[in-house]
Amino acid sequence: MIQMGEFKVHRVRFFDYMPSAIRSMAFNSHTERLAVARADGAVEIFNFADNYFQEKVIAGRDGRSIEALCWVGRRLFSAGLEGEITEYDLENLRPRYSIEAYGGPIWTISSNSQGTLLAAGCEDGTVKMFEILEDRIQFQTNLSRQKGRIISLSWHPSGAQIAAGMMDMIKIFDSETGQATHRLLVDRGVGTSKSREVVVWSVAFLNDHTIISGDSAGKVQIWDGLTGTLISTHLVTKWDVLVLAISQDESSVIAGTSEGTVVQFQFLPSTVGQQDKFWVQTRTFKNHSHDVRALVHTDTAVVSGGMDTQLVVRPLLDKVEKNTQESALHKIAFPHRNLVSCAKKAGLLLFQFPDHLELWRLGESDRNGTPGESLPVKRKPEKLIQLKIKGEDHICCSALSPCGSWLAYATVAAVRLYRLQLSSSNVSIQKVSKLPRELKSVHQLCFSSDSCRLFASSSFSSVVVVALDQTDCKYLHTLKHKSGSKQPIHILSPSEDGQWLATANTDCEIHVFNLRKMKLHCSVPAYSSCPTAVSIHPTSGNLVSVHADQQIFEFSLKQKEYSVWSRQLQRQGLHPLWLQRDTPVTQITFNPNNPAHIMLHDVFMFCIIDQSLPLPEAKSKFYNQRILRSLPEPQRLRESHAFKACKNFQHLLSVNLLEDLSLVVVERPLVDIVCQLPAPVRQKLFAT
Amino acid sequence: MVEQAEIRVVHQGGSNITFREPAISSDSRFLLCASGHNVKVFSTVTEECVQELRGHTDLVTGVLLRPSNHLQAYSCSADGTVRLWDFTDGILIKTYVIGYPICSIYASASHDGVIFIESVSLYSDKYGNRNSLLAVHLPQTAGQLVETSDLSAVLSDVSANPATVAFGRAGEYVASTNGVQLQIFFFKKQKFSLKENSCSGRRNTFTCVACHPTDDCIATGHEDGKIRLWRNFDQKREYTYRTLHWHHSTVRALCFTPEGSNLLSGGVESVLVQWRYQQESQQDFLPRLGAAITHIAVSPDGALFCTSHSDNKIVLIQSCVKVSSIIQGLVKGEAVQTDLMVDPRSKALVLNGKPGHLQFYSLQRDRLLFNLDVVQQEFIHQEGLDQFQVVMATLDGAGAWLATVEERKQETVEAELNLKLWAFDEPSQSFVLNTTVSTPHEVRITAVTFDPAARGQTSLLVSCGRDGLFKAWRLAPPAHPDDGGPSWTCDFVSGYHGLTPQRCCFSADGSLLAVGFQEVVTVWSPASWELLLTLSQPPGIIRDLCFGRLSCSKFLLGTTSSDQLCCWNLLTCSLEWSTSMEVSLLLADPLSDNMAAFCHQDGNTDLFVFKPSEPRPLFSQKAVCSGRVSRAVFAPREVALESCEESSQWLNRSQLYFLTICIPVFSPPSQLVVDDSVAMTPFQLLLGKRRPHHQAAVEDPAVRPRLTDVSLLLQLLQSPAHVLPAAAALCSVFMEALLGVATETSDPEEEEEEDSDQEMETRATRPERGLLETDSADPVLSRAQVRELRRVRKLDHSWFSSLLDS
Repeated sequence: MIQMGEFKVHRVRFFDYMPSAIRSMAFNSHTERLAVARADGAVEIFNFADNYFQEKVIAGRDGRSIEALCWVGRRLFSAGLEGEITEYDLENLRPRYSIEAYGGPIWTISSNSQGTLLAAGCEDGTVKMFEILEDRIQFQTNLSRQKGRIISLSWHPSGAQIAAGMMDMIKIFDSETGQATHRLLVDRGVGTSKSREVVVWSVAFLNDHTIISGDSAGKVQIWDGLTGTLISTHLVTKWDVLVLAISQDESSVIAGTSEGTVVQFQFLPSTVGQQDKFWVQTRTFKNHSHDVRALVHTDTAVVSGGMDTQLVVRPLLDKVEKNTQESALHKIAFPHRNLVSCAKKAGLLLFQFPDHLELWRLGESDRNGTPGESLPVKRKPEKLIQLKIKGEDHICCSALSPCGSWLAYATVAAVRLYRLQLSSSNVSIQKVSKLPRELKSVHQLCFSSDSCRLFASSSFSSVVVVALDQTDCKYLHTLKHKSGSKQPIHILSPSEDGQWLATANTDCEIHVFNLRKMKLHCSVPAYSSCPTAVSIHPTSGNLVSVHADQQIFEFSLKQKEYSVWSRQLQRQGLHPLWLQRDTPVTQITFNPNNPAHIMLHDVFMFCIIDQSLPLPEAKSKFYNQRILRSLPEPQRLRESHAFKACKNFQHLLSVNLLEDLSLVVVERPLVDIVCQLPAPVRQKLFAT
Repeated sequence: MVEQAEIRVVHQGGSNITFREPAISSDSRFLLCASGHNVKVFSTVTEECVQELRGHTDLVTGVLLRPSNHLQAYSCSADGTVRLWDFTDGILIKTYVIGYPICSIYASASHDGVIFIESVSLYSDKYGNRNSLLAVHLPQTAGQLVETSDLSAVLSDVSANPATVAFGRAGEYVASTNGVQLQIFFFKKQKFSLKENSCSGRRNTFTCVACHPTDDCIATGHEDGKIRLWRNFDQKREYTYRTLHWHHSTVRALCFTPEGSNLLSGGVESVLVQWRYQQESQQDFLPRLGAAITHIAVSPDGALFCTSHSDNKIVLIQSCVKVSSIIQGLVKGEAVQTDLMVDPRSKALVLNGKPGHLQFYSLQRDRLLFNLDVVQQEFIHQEGLDQFQVVMATLDGAGAWLATVEERKQETVEAELNLKLWAFDEPSQSFVLNTTVSTPHEVRITAVTFDPAARGQTSLLVSCGRDGLFKAWRLAPPAHPDDGGPSWTCDFVSGYHGLTPQRCCFSADGSLLAVGFQEVVTVWSPASWELLLTLSQPPGIIRDLCFGRLSCSKFLLGTTSSDQLCCWNLLTCSLEWSTSMEVSLLLADPLSDNMAAFCHQDGNTDLFVFKPSEPRPLFSQKAVCSGRVSRAVFAPREVALESCEESSQWLNRSQLYFLTICIPVFSPPSQLVVDDSVAMTPFQLLLGKRRPHHQAAVEDPAVRPRLTDVSLLLQLLQSPAHVLPAAAALCSVFMEALLGVATETSDPEEEEEEDSDQEMETRATRPERGLLETDSADPVLSRAQVRELRRVRKLDHSWFSSLLDS
């Protein structure tokens, strides 16, 4: 515990959150959505048009390993080593169906540019063609069967040919007849690896019939697909080239390696103004410590992910304007949603892991100290319960009631509610057996502040309200709005007095329901960016929302219009440094002692907005807390502005204000994540 | 006929041959490099200097083959001229007067009649003076001296380092780097493309640039050891580059091979790296080249590479695998720490050279004879490391023993010291390590000296250290008979009131040892190790001590830090005389009773030669050279001269060599910026130049016609065939010489003959004047013959002078 100014702070570092490695990525350039598959089978959707906001998370499942992702229009397909092709329901955040391919583990899937066929490369050496129908896919044909597994596939843009990377070779098939037309033999590595088969991890088939391959001998090779001859070989790494990605205009190819580097190749003329071009190795990006397993080449950036679990967006400086928001490097290491729920009254924390939940009681200290001093802990924090889920599906959301007596979590398949009884010595947990039928397909769970109601967001942006009693629970109502959006609700925020419930969905809509009348009160005027945190002020009844583009709005629920403060903020504009932050605000809380204070946090800072103070000018110093402390009182009043940012805590996952006015800060230092990663491939360092 | 006797300082040699990138002739037979005020032409096969192109009156700052004629070469100089030479015959074809000091010269095949020079900007802007790249249109007028006025600026703000400008793709564009900026100028479009502060960051300043001969690819070297290959640079934003990283510190030189198939790079690692173009992950290395690479040049056929090194060496490499020959100049490390010495056996100059080595340098041939590895440890090629250095060396009178002191300064620990004694080994004709004394003194050694009179086994060495002691070392037989030969052991240790001995000096016969303890001079008898007397003088710490020689051996001279030159009479034990002058260096001629003193005044050095017994100096010259003279030595002549002229008599038996360290000049606006901190350290010679006219009597043609004939014949026969002019040109004169057609001998030729020690001179006026006199004083020869003679003379006048003598 730390004394910080007026608050006592519980600095929690026992949440062992461990993201899992990125296995595959697919980018849909029409909708600008990036789908990321992780090693635990989870799929995440990032909106690149909206500040890389993580819109959706589809929870994984034990035993599901995704090897490849593929967008077909707005539909997302995945395939993995369990041998099934899965299509996802992006509105209900669950797999829609899975089809067994009957070819053993599937290493890769790829759709043709027309979006009519899906090819899957299987362990048994077959390339299986599936026809993409309106609501499902149907097996159509096998291409001629080869010896050895199919590791990678790439369609020629015309759809007439398909290149398959295999062990020691690349084959080109005619997609009409299914016959192999060319066989390109790939050299093995030199030295000891000569005896090992070389794996063609990735191929790319370009419009001019050039084939580019990356293999386990560390080579990127350029082939002529018409004649089947090798044009050039570039030795990129001593280890493996794991993945290739092409730019839309086919003038640039990037290759990800086991060393964590991304190497760019460009199609350039040898002399200025000449027509004949050739592939030249150009830049090297090193943003990863481990294998780069997934790569996407957007028009302006290189997006890479791998074993070190971080998603890195590296803008190409020749495509974007320099020294702008767009040219900054983005590293996304933490989820854009809350994995921690806090019982404000009971001082309990619930941590959500993919396959279990942990309930902790916070430590206590009876001393007060000077600011910055760490206080001695009278009672140590204590893990009360570790709740392992049943079944294979991973947890998609969880909630803990403010009084600490109810606990709920949901998977794709089911919702479970538990009643907790805590005394000083013993802990008992009891499952509520009978749940109403309406609690199905839940994306978000939330308890009301008096802990007698449970809200669950369900399909079609509806909210199911369940009343909780001492022993059982009862379905009350389903709150619906009329906008017609089918997108899932990702934020549920009830007001302190139990009158309002605000919901936000990924269509950027915020709806406010009156819980007394059980009907829609109003909808906040739509804003183009997705809300990342929404909360209702306990006394004034204003709704505060923060969006992915870092804008802040305050909406008066009584007047059904933006408040004066919000309009003034929009008029004056936010400080450039506030807008330049690259992680979204994930939580808003209020200080009951001081109604003018809004507390919000992102991964790298924690900020109190004092609505009574003037807004900062664009040229004034934004992070000025340290300077202010050294100034004399009258000058301090003159210099201070509404945004009081605190950067003492880093890698914040959650900030909550307890009822006894002590803050709970949950940190997960990045170094702790990094040191739990497996050792990277050995690299020779200079002078070692 | 009557000539005034004159003593001149002549630049003897040892000039920096690696100051600028050398040029290899198109047939790969010759290598041209700037060397001081001259351009030297070396044979790539024999490593011999076959031609010296003299004419520039200031530092030569660039040599370049003429693109349109591969037998001609341009050279540019800080004297503001560009000269065109026929380098095989050594003929100056044209002199273009530019009028501004020139830093470097470039040319490209597609710009006919245009050369590019880098000069201090004509239009100085508000940032002060910057260098700019100018295109000079060479007028096609006849005549040797051509004024050029057609200058046009191509690039402004060019770095003074000539490696930062390169012409690409047959002169279509020029790339120039300065600081963190890369500029590319396309001549066709007359526009700059990439003008990019591309590398914002810590240590990625550009250091050198090279352009691919056929592709649009520019390679740049950086301070952090990276090489970037830039492409697509005609686009404003969509340029791209690839980074290659092998060097661990600054890339100093980059060069593409003529076909563009390879890129060569070098730096302080002393490794030539060959990158395959388009396959840059494959590299070839040529390691252990000895010293940091400063320039790389490739012959036009790509078969021969040549690398210039920081130790004044040019290495010729055949197809990146084999070092075929090494042209080594005088090795100049950071400073000459040892004194200059003359090896009595080889008559070579001895001083420290490569790190940890002593070099033996032939003054007569201006060539390095050999290096003696003193430290015998691997030298690590990395900047900022403390490694053993030879700080002191001394030879005994017969050249049989050599003593060296090496030390390693470390900031935390006390300096590590080793005293090594080397015996001359007759069979192998080199020095062999006899004894190593580690830590001979607790603190640093200030002086070591051998007893000059002692011979062989009885030799005596005295060393002084900062620990307040001086020690005498003697060769002693081994304690056990099995231990091998005799070795050196400490014979005597003494001090004087705890004062630090700074200097020690033996008298010529070895009977007295003078040791200067700060302000007190003590004189000891080496035979009995008695303190004979102490001398003190007006306050000031003793800087130099010297016994007089021969007739003046009763005198002991010393200089002090309070600018006093004192002379004590050892017989009366009193101060004979003293004078107030700031003597920076005092030394005695071992073969005469003369002494030389160098005085530093107002940035110039004055030389005084005097006898301690006489009040008037024998010779004095103001401003012998600019800057401070750091080291000097009297080298005995092989054949004593018999000059009677009073002022030059002192040079009859020996020559005085001295070494100056030029302080880098901060350039006044109109001057050339000396880009490196490696300033020219001319190695100069004082020599009696003119012979008094009555010597002509001695030079009676009757006395020595046969001798000169023989020497002429010998010289003709010994000269390599490729330096001789055509036989037709030679024949008539040669026959005349054989027939003994003795004509009147003109005096200037005698003086040429006297210069048979192959001294090199820098004054361009002298040969010309000699030439004119030949014309007037030689009535026998017809005009055509004279013209022919003149042409022949330009080729090699040393043998020609003796020809005329006959």
